[in-house]
Amino acid sequence: MKKTNYDIVVIGAGVIGCNIARELSQYELSVLVLEKDNDVCARASMANSAIVHSGYDPVPGTLKARFNVAGNKMFDELCKRLCVEFYRIGSLTIAMNDEQMKTLMSLKERAKENGVEVKILNHDELLKIEPNINPSAAGALLAPTAGIVDPFTFCAHNIENALDNGVILHLNEAASNVIDNGDHFLVKTEKDTYQAKIVINAAGHGSYKLASQLEKLDYEINPRKGEYFVFDHYTVGLVNHTIFPLPSAKGKGILVSPTYSGNYLVGPSSELSEAEDHSTDPATLAMVKAGALEMVPSLPFNELIRVFAGVRATPSDHDFHIAPLKTHPKFIHLCGIESPGFVSSPAIALYVVNELVKPLINLKKKNNYIPNIRPSLVTRKMDNVARAKLVKEHPEYGEIICQCEKISKGEILDAMSRSDHPHTIKAIKKRCRAGFGKCQGGFCQPLVAKMISEYYHIPLNEVLYSKIGSNVVRYKTKGEK
Amino acid sequence: MIKSNYDLVVIGGGSAGMAGAIEARKLGVKDILIIEKNDYLGGILNQCVHNGFGLTEFKEELTGPEFMTRLSDEVEKLKIDYVLNTTVTSLLPDKTIYASNQDGFYVIKAKAILLTTGCYERNAGAIMLPGERPSGVVTAGTAQLYLNIYGYLVGKRVFILGSGDIGLIMARRLTLEGAKVLGVAELCPYSNGLNRNIVQCLQDFNIPLYLSHTVSNVSGDDGILKSITISQVDEHNQIIPGTEKKYECDTLLLSVGLIPNSPLLRDAGAKLARTKGAIVNERYETSIPGVFTAGNVLHVHDLVDLVTKESRLVAHFIKEYLDNKQSDSSSSLDVIPGDGIGYVLPHKITKGNTHDVTFKFRVRKPIKDLNVIFLDKDHEIKRIFKPVLIPSEMTEINLTNDELKQFKNNITVKVEKKV
Repeated sequence: MKKTNYDIVVIGAGVIGCNIARELSQYELSVLVLEKDNDVCARASMANSAIVHSGYDPVPGTLKARFNVAGNKMFDELCKRLCVEFYRIGSLTIAMNDEQMKTLMSLKERAKENGVEVKILNHDELLKIEPNINPSAAGALLAPTAGIVDPFTFCAHNIENALDNGVILHLNEAASNVIDNGDHFLVKTEKDTYQAKIVINAAGHGSYKLASQLEKLDYEINPRKGEYFVFDHYTVGLVNHTIFPLPSAKGKGILVSPTYSGNYLVGPSSELSEAEDHSTDPATLAMVKAGALEMVPSLPFNELIRVFAGVRATPSDHDFHIAPLKTHPKFIHLCGIESPGFVSSPAIALYVVNELVKPLINLKKKNNYIPNIRPSLVTRKMDNVARAKLVKEHPEYGEIICQCEKISKGEILDAMSRSDHPHTIKAIKKRCRAGFGKCQGGFCQPLVAKMISEYYHIPLNEVLYSKIGSNVVRYKTKGEK
Repeated sequence: MIKSNYDLVVIGGGSAGMAGAIEARKLGVKDILIIEKNDYLGGILNQCVHNGFGLTEFKEELTGPEFMTRLSDEVEKLKIDYVLNTTVTSLLPDKTIYASNQDGFYVIKAKAILLTTGCYERNAGAIMLPGERPSGVVTAGTAQLYLNIYGYLVGKRVFILGSGDIGLIMARRLTLEGAKVLGVAELCPYSNGLNRNIVQCLQDFNIPLYLSHTVSNVSGDDGILKSITISQVDEHNQIIPGTEKKYECDTLLLSVGLIPNSPLLRDAGAKLARTKGAIVNERYETSIPGVFTAGNVLHVHDLVDLVTKESRLVAHFIKEYLDNKQSDSSSSLDVIPGDGIGYVLPHKITKGNTHDVTFKFRVRKPIKDLNVIFLDKDHEIKRIFKPVLIPSEMTEINLTNDELKQFKNNITVKVEKKV
């Protein structure tokens, strides 16, 4: 019989929900994670800049400053445990003139208050480490602790580790309603009703609406869309750091950054939008392009492979909301986790569990808790000798499925065999990078579809791209019955 | 069994690779290996089940699989070594090749390399397709593979963006399989496909072609395609407000161009042209000595017959290279696309060249009653009248070695309306 009674129900499996789930999984608790999409990391956690910000710029004393700085420090160990690519490449905030250099000085003071190491670079020092920056730049603020991370496996491996340790994940199940019955909550979905002692509301854009059913909130969420460009692998060293303009009221501005995989990312814009509006439009992208070219004039726009949009859950008071509801103390509500939410996520999870959950329920450590995921092999990062040896032992690592990103069959099979069992083209793409390259899956999608069909014993026309209903092929040809 | 040394390694076993290997063997090159990523030779021809191939190569009309079988039969007959399911993961400037398959990871040294890795399809991201990114937006070639190799249709209410040949062929194929093709939108005021395909694939099936139109919005319902909107564009390709037409559909096929699949060359340090094909001299040698290229990875051809012709020609240059008989290439003249020319190749003519050279180029726009003019900087050397040239048909013009000797600075090619 299906279990419907849990100690804790976590609503939402974005980067916050996934981190919380893993943090909870070390204790003797029954935990259910409800995710409305057909995979974890499907909305804002998927579509963002994937920058592990240093934390120099949030206003001192805010939750953003606190969790950004604390979260940043957790990435080295966490990414090692979870086999996630993470590189501390540092960030540069560029001043285009002397006036802006003055602003950098005040940002340096802010960094000091936040406890973040930074350094002011003059024009020559900047151009020496970033030769492709606009030569008319006056200088920059270097934050060496900033980094870049693989946002997809950061979420996926967090949930995988949580599942390894006994957490239950239900995909395609949105919590529509939460009722407080005094000693427990009833969490309702289209499929079922679940009982929980504690509810953790990490539903991203949906979290405001859910909490509002229980209590009137004294702030609003005004979603802001950000549109991005992704460039193909291009000459190493186009930029070596994450390059920001000066921050403004609208956010951190349009950045130019290498990604963990050797691509380059340009964006985002920042305009008010609907929470579910992931469309891009030529006018906004033209503005992003112009902003980026001002900092890096040689950006190769003929190497463009994708545009995308993500939506930030921008709160009207511009800080994170992480607290139990006043009238429902066992309903832990997380809302407005916009940038720097990604970098903050592990610190937020730690805080939620250690400071907010702990007073509510007995946290007893599991004896058999495994803090690491099963190591995964990435063939493109191995040397020839190691590769030759691997292929001799495991031939499937010799067959390349994604030609652009050089992803082997072995890597895809390994991903599917893990506890979160990715079963869509997009879920495989997020975990293995198959389809991330210049052809955007034109060549490998049919091969990956065939692998999914064989692995899960489903006909090809039941293989999904991502959502339910997104079948990659729909009908058999006339000749096939 | 893969050896560690070869005279010639052909990377890519499609039509260009097979034709080049066959010709090289016939010229006496002994140690040849073809490396193919798929589990069959022939590349993209396998999924091109329509006819129209082979009219010049074999003097008869064949389907893609028939055409490729002719070539693969010859590869077998000539006992040319090939490996399938094998990917070249990188190519080094000293002509070392790293290759991977289920039997091992190999380091191969080649005296000469023919790179014939074809092209890939330009996709939604590369054209900044406006609107959402739902499932159901598929490149035409991928849909063709699903249809002709796997036996599945991607959808049954289909709109096609781009009048490239694959899109046109797919319009007919999908219609025959019971899908409704609602229309084809083309950004240019003229079609980019072959005329025979416009007639046989669209007109014969009453599928409307909207010239000077593009997709101005893609709309989905929670990630699944529901409708697209097309709009007319002006002469600057800007959308004209008020011309929107909305189509409910489950599939948007993209046939918006092919891009040379050249990253192996780029990563090896070869110089690439703006088109992403390699910069080559008149012997189709890249900027890395001994690395040659031909077919769609160099420039996208109209017909496979032109691909095999080019590759056979390159085999002769490879043989000369292996025999140390090639002329001095230490200096060269640049070939420059002038007014009205999209691209022209070869990109360089070496000073020691002793051959006639066929220049291949495409015009930017259709043009009638024109002269093709070859200039040495500003000084006219040769002029040829053409009644009409269109971008979708590659033009070939031969210059004799005597004519080439007259160029001192560069070779500029332009088209000019006849006055």
